[in-house]
Amino acid sequence: MNCELCQAHEATVHLTQVIDGSIKKLHLCEACAQKNGFDMQGPISITDILLGMGGKREEAAAPTSERSCPRCHMRRSDFKKSGRFGCSACYEAFAEDLPSLLRAMHRNDRHIGKVPAIAARRVQFIKELSDLQQALDQAIAEEKYEKAAKIRDRITACRASMEQG
Amino acid sequence: MNIDTLLDNTGAWMSSGDDEQIVITSRIRLARNLKNSAFPGWGGVEECARIWSSLRPRLAGLPSIQPEIDVGMDELEELDKQILLERHLISREQVEKGRGSGLILSADELVSVMVNEEDHLRIQVLQSGLNLATAWEKIDQLDSEIESQTEYAFSDALGYLTSCPTNVGTGMRASVMMHLPGLVLMEEMNPIIKGLGKIGLTVRGLWGEGTEAIGNFFQVSNQMTLGEREADIVYNIEQIAREIVEHEKNARARLVEKKELFLKDHIGRAYGILTHAHLLTTKEALDLLSDLRLGVDLGILKSVGRQTVDELLMTAQPGHLQKLEGKALKPKDRDRVRAKRVRERLSRGDSKPKRQSRTHE
Repeated sequence: MNCELCQAHEATVHLTQVIDGSIKKLHLCEACAQKNGFDMQGPISITDILLGMGGKREEAAAPTSERSCPRCHMRRSDFKKSGRFGCSACYEAFAEDLPSLLRAMHRNDRHIGKVPAIAARRVQFIKELSDLQQALDQAIAEEKYEKAAKIRDRITACRASMEQG
Repeated sequence: MNIDTLLDNTGAWMSSGDDEQIVITSRIRLARNLKNSAFPGWGGVEECARIWSSLRPRLAGLPSIQPEIDVGMDELEELDKQILLERHLISREQVEKGRGSGLILSADELVSVMVNEEDHLRIQVLQSGLNLATAWEKIDQLDSEIESQTEYAFSDALGYLTSCPTNVGTGMRASVMMHLPGLVLMEEMNPIIKGLGKIGLTVRGLWGEGTEAIGNFFQVSNQMTLGEREADIVYNIEQIAREIVEHEKNARARLVEKKELFLKDHIGRAYGILTHAHLLTTKEALDLLSDLRLGVDLGILKSVGRQTVDELLMTAQPGHLQKLEGKALKPKDRDRVRAKRVRERLSRGDSKPKRQSRTHE
């Protein structure tokens, strides 16, 4: 089989990637592989592959406009190198990269396991607030102002206890 | 704090199990991080030191841990770190850490928390035998206790946020340590490893990631942490472990039935080498002791008890060996001392080891 890029030399580098659930195969000759930033000596990290390869090219092309985490200042290239995030806010900062990464690593892309009590209470509060808000809107629409005032008081109380945790 | 006290027993991970002793231990670890701090690998030593000094007293005060050991990595001698590693109480990564990282450990070694390893908290609960359900119950409770004092990094969509996205979600790795000499001798282990990989489970060696299966010990654990409930992960691995135990029993039965001479010869040779060798590397010692363990389990070897074998499996490891000798030894000297200790221990039979080896210098 010949290299898919130059079609001239025999393909000796065979890469298989799973991107968004579909398997993509790439067959390259050594020269083209190296030109495209595959370091034959160094290990190829899964994050490198999943984040779109060609680490070398990318670093040279756009070092200034690189995305980074606003809280811990980890850059996308730092993450690519180590495969580890800098802080919990990185999950938002690099949210674009996550779906393909997580799909390759895990069963699903949504957590269905244990929820800390604090987070569980917060979810409960948010649901309660949205229910109350709906009831308030309805009461106002129906011009039941006495009822609306009572609902408003409950919303205030709910917000207060939410802030107290 | 005294690491030496740990040496008085063979360690929780080897103390008891089911009758067959095929499953040695069940272990669950949870990766947790603090909401507003950078992860240990990125935050720097000063940030880690601040977190460790704030977490240390809080963790040590938890009733479910009742710590025996509560120690910073910078307060430990290299040899003590090695002992903790060999007892599965800290990881290789934690061994490399110094100031700002630490360990909280219960007296029975069943509960431990590594602080500032890859994540701020790595909580571990160990149970002997096949008992992941109990391990989950205990660690779930401990985790909730810690969480009531410390706000974790958590997202409704992604669960517990971890330094490495491979752990995000439940942050849980549940693993079962198994002794599978029958399957190895029948050359049936590789298809099992491949099969487990297809259903999202990983098989690793005695010391975890990237280690070979020394002594026919294998750890089976979940690879995925996102999109599955903890209880389901635990249930799945327990079911799979039961199946592997059946396969192992089956392989042993076939060995006895169809290859008895080969089996007896294999075990007899292991015994012969262990009782007469003057140089033993760790790998050779553990591999041969594994054969002895099989011999004991099958009733082929009657002159040695399993407790003796299990004790040697622990003390033949480099850290334990040097600790018992009371000094650091070069690899070549270790091989000599290891062989001597194994010879002496096996010739002494099943009586409890004498403690004269731990002289205070």
